[in-house]
Amino acid sequence: MLPEIGLGLLWLAAALAGLQLLAGGLSLSANGGGMAGIVRPVAIVQGILAAAALGILIWLFVQTDLSVKLVAENSHSAKPLMYKIAGTWGNHEGSMLLWVTVMGLGGAFVAAVERRLPEPTMMATLAGQAFVSLGFYAFLLFASNPFARLYPAPEDGNGLNPLLQDPGLAFHPPTLYLGYVGLSIAFSFAIGALITRQVGPDFARAMRPWVLGAWIFLTVGITAGSYWAYYVLGWGGWWFWDPVENASLMPWLAATALLHSCSVLAARNALRAWTVMLGVVAFSMSMVGTFLVRSGILTSVHAFAVDPRRGGFILALLAIYIGGALLLFALRAATVTEGERFAIISREGALVFNNVMLSSILGITLIGTLYPLFTEAMGTKVSVGPPYFTPVSAMFAVPMFVVLLFGPMLRWRRDKFSRVSGVLALPLVVALIAGGWAFGAGVRHVLPLLGLALGPALVVASVLPLRGRSVLRAPLSLWGMVIAHAGIGVALFGMASDSAFTVEKLVAAKVGEVQQVGPWSIRLAEVAPIAGPNWTAMEGVLKARYDGGAEVTLRPQSRTFWAPLQTNAVSALKGRWNGQLYTVLGDETVSDKGESRWQLRLWWKPYVPLIWIGGLLVALGGGLALLSRVAQDLKRRLARAKGGHRRDEVAALVKTDAAKGDAA
Amino acid sequence: MSKDNPAKAPRWALWLPLALFAGFVALVVVGLVKPKNTDIASQMVGKPLPAFTLRAAADERPGLATADFQTGKPQLLNIFASWCIPCRAEAPVLEELRRQGVTINAIAIRDHKADLAAFLGQYGNPYARIGADDVSAVQLAIGSSGVPETFVIDGKGVIRYQHIGDIRPEQIPDILRLLKEAQ
Amino acid sequence: MIRALLAALALMMAAPVWADDSMPPAPWAYRQLPDPAQEAKAKALMETLRCLVCQSQSIADSDASIAGDMRSQVRERIAAGEDPEAIRAWLIQRYGDYVSYEPRVSAATWPLFAAPLLLVALAAFLLRKRFTSGTETEA
Repeated sequence: MLPEIGLGLLWLAAALAGLQLLAGGLSLSANGGGMAGIVRPVAIVQGILAAAALGILIWLFVQTDLSVKLVAENSHSAKPLMYKIAGTWGNHEGSMLLWVTVMGLGGAFVAAVERRLPEPTMMATLAGQAFVSLGFYAFLLFASNPFARLYPAPEDGNGLNPLLQDPGLAFHPPTLYLGYVGLSIAFSFAIGALITRQVGPDFARAMRPWVLGAWIFLTVGITAGSYWAYYVLGWGGWWFWDPVENASLMPWLAATALLHSCSVLAARNALRAWTVMLGVVAFSMSMVGTFLVRSGILTSVHAFAVDPRRGGFILALLAIYIGGALLLFALRAATVTEGERFAIISREGALVFNNVMLSSILGITLIGTLYPLFTEAMGTKVSVGPPYFTPVSAMFAVPMFVVLLFGPMLRWRRDKFSRVSGVLALPLVVALIAGGWAFGAGVRHVLPLLGLALGPALVVASVLPLRGRSVLRAPLSLWGMVIAHAGIGVALFGMASDSAFTVEKLVAAKVGEVQQVGPWSIRLAEVAPIAGPNWTAMEGVLKARYDGGAEVTLRPQSRTFWAPLQTNAVSALKGRWNGQLYTVLGDETVSDKGESRWQLRLWWKPYVPLIWIGGLLVALGGGLALLSRVAQDLKRRLARAKGGHRRDEVAALVKTDAAKGDAA
Repeated sequence: MSKDNPAKAPRWALWLPLALFAGFVALVVVGLVKPKNTDIASQMVGKPLPAFTLRAAADERPGLATADFQTGKPQLLNIFASWCIPCRAEAPVLEELRRQGVTINAIAIRDHKADLAAFLGQYGNPYARIGADDVSAVQLAIGSSGVPETFVIDGKGVIRYQHIGDIRPEQIPDILRLLKEAQ
Repeated sequence: MIRALLAALALMMAAPVWADDSMPPAPWAYRQLPDPAQEAKAKALMETLRCLVCQSQSIADSDASIAGDMRSQVRERIAAGEDPEAIRAWLIQRYGDYVSYEPRVSAATWPLFAAPLLLVALAAFLLRKRFTSGTETEA
């Protein structure tokens, strides 16, 4: 009965999305004002119903209700509870339900709290959100029903792929989806603004916290996913420029550009059409990414969605939503002027540079990802991989980082480079020292050298905007910017360190043998069998010493899961302040003489964890900025609540808001 | 400042995103409609077999070398392995080809002698010669990327055709025709 | 990252075409060359060669046995003094451009290299009127 209730809730939610679209749309017409009152409540109920449906699906997974096809295909009764729950979104249907739930809840949240925009723009925004949701409800209900039954119910489920049986699955997809789908709110804002032609600083200030929220989740999701891949795939790689990764990077790049252009629009009423464009592009990239991943169009050996109808269905949704939004943009943007001009040497100038570079990286990522598809249509197969993406994106990223050294210190509208060049001496000296140190350490490749020099310089430069301010009284949003930019420098240093300093040791070791990996000496003490809840494993016991120091123990395993039957290596990691030791146990080989050896893969990765620490710092900076925006908004609301006659106070707050906008 | 003359993007630039998106849709529609070809075709078709000598993989058959193909008569080169599941399905088809007078030479990829003997015992042995390729060296040299694959080699030792995957019964006439054309 | 997830999801749905063999790995599949300079060369090359049966991985980080065999062959040839680009050319001769992640500038790939320049040109063109001339005094 429960699956049918879940399905019923989904239909109901879809119907409410239809009502929300209708009512929101009608309220825009001259005599449809009566409908406006129901739009917000409908949006809220719709979000709750979608969440309830997801709740039911999770419950079915927890119960391992094998009469539900999705559960039988993707779960198993002997799986730990955490992976039963996380398994809900470890498959196509469940993840699409998560998608519409986030979208519904996002719309509900906007409907409940957003009061800054003119009511018609709000109605258009909520109608837009409902319009997009409707398509994804249709996709779920007609092409990916998560509640479909299976007759007869099997004895037990197929189980979950061992690679997915990892804590990473519990939080990586949900955070990433909050980010992907959270961008739908920016998309709807952009649509609403285009329909009502209300693009200005108010629009930017209203949209900014929502973009910021989605962007934080996206940052955390990508960072976590990268770390997950790093330790789970067992080869020490953390970014592969794979189509699926690119699908998550592209919305992030667009959202990052959008955040910065929002600042310009909010503070200076410039870049209007461009900001709206980015609002459309960001969520479009989420949808394009989903399409590329689900349609199986890019993955050559395996297909994600086995049902070819699904690819066509998502493509139709893409054509309607992205095509529609871009058409609306083309028709309306001519009436939305770009706004104020500014000098090249100015805060706006630096932010525009940032936007151009980020958009260019987005552009080449998209082109590089699609290019194999293009040549295949022409009849030849090519592969585009890291050797293309890394240097070409660096071509844009490096100048962007150089501008980031001084851009945040520039004044709005017009400035002189000579005003900041004096302060700039400090980061430049740091860059020279760091670069010299790296060169002395034997780093000869250009990109790692640049990264090692620029990373520390960025960290130093990012705190310079705080100079001359009382550290405690600096606005929170300024702190957010400082920390986020420092995080970029930290992550850059980590990335460069991986290619510059990683020491690798691949060896077939006898028990008792000692291996030397960089400063570590590692002894394979023993290899013994061990059993887990749904797997058995061979576990290597490694006794490791850093530079003759205290002994630490690492236990990499080679696990064999029995549902489904599959073996995979589980790495063991040991972090120090200056890096991470990465160990993997491979297969056993027995020589003709009966001598047994174990494959060991050992890496010493100096400073590499900084990649993810930096990523989290970026997200933390975003969090602080969001906190400051929310706090300002609450203050404004309180002031308003204290009485309409105190309008001057509100006006004053709006002014400080604009001033603080400088910080972002 | 230029408040009265605000910056404006040129008209065509506003349509550019839509145009690019239309291009994207056209591209992926082609990609979706065109049957997905996941095969990695060998670029060695039309070129002579590279020189190799492989030891015998099974006791009852000799090993395989390039010279074995320079007999003046077209032959098949089957790349297979006992651990390969589609190869089992292919075995009767190869047997039928042998019955019709085709010489089939084989390369066993990464195979143990005992496993191979069991495989040949169970699924039949249509092969004239079987070479053992323990490190996929010859497989890489002829541009093959998996098992099973079958190459048509003409009498001078030139690769004429590559069949990726197991040969189905209905494809036997095609293979016979290709062998005839290779003469 | 999500690739892991997706690759895993995909594995669940598509029946594995290649069962696994039980042979020991090729001599240099999981072993480094004794000469660090040669090993570095081999490693750099392996990172740019595509595993033929994997979803989207280089041979440097794949457990597939054919990837191991390719690694072994690459190391052997490097140890024998062969130039990495000659090895890449040898593989491209057999598998086409697909086997190399490093696109060469050719009739089929020049747009990839023109794209960054085009993007910069487009940005410059669209922005050319956006700025006031920097040094003028405020109107």
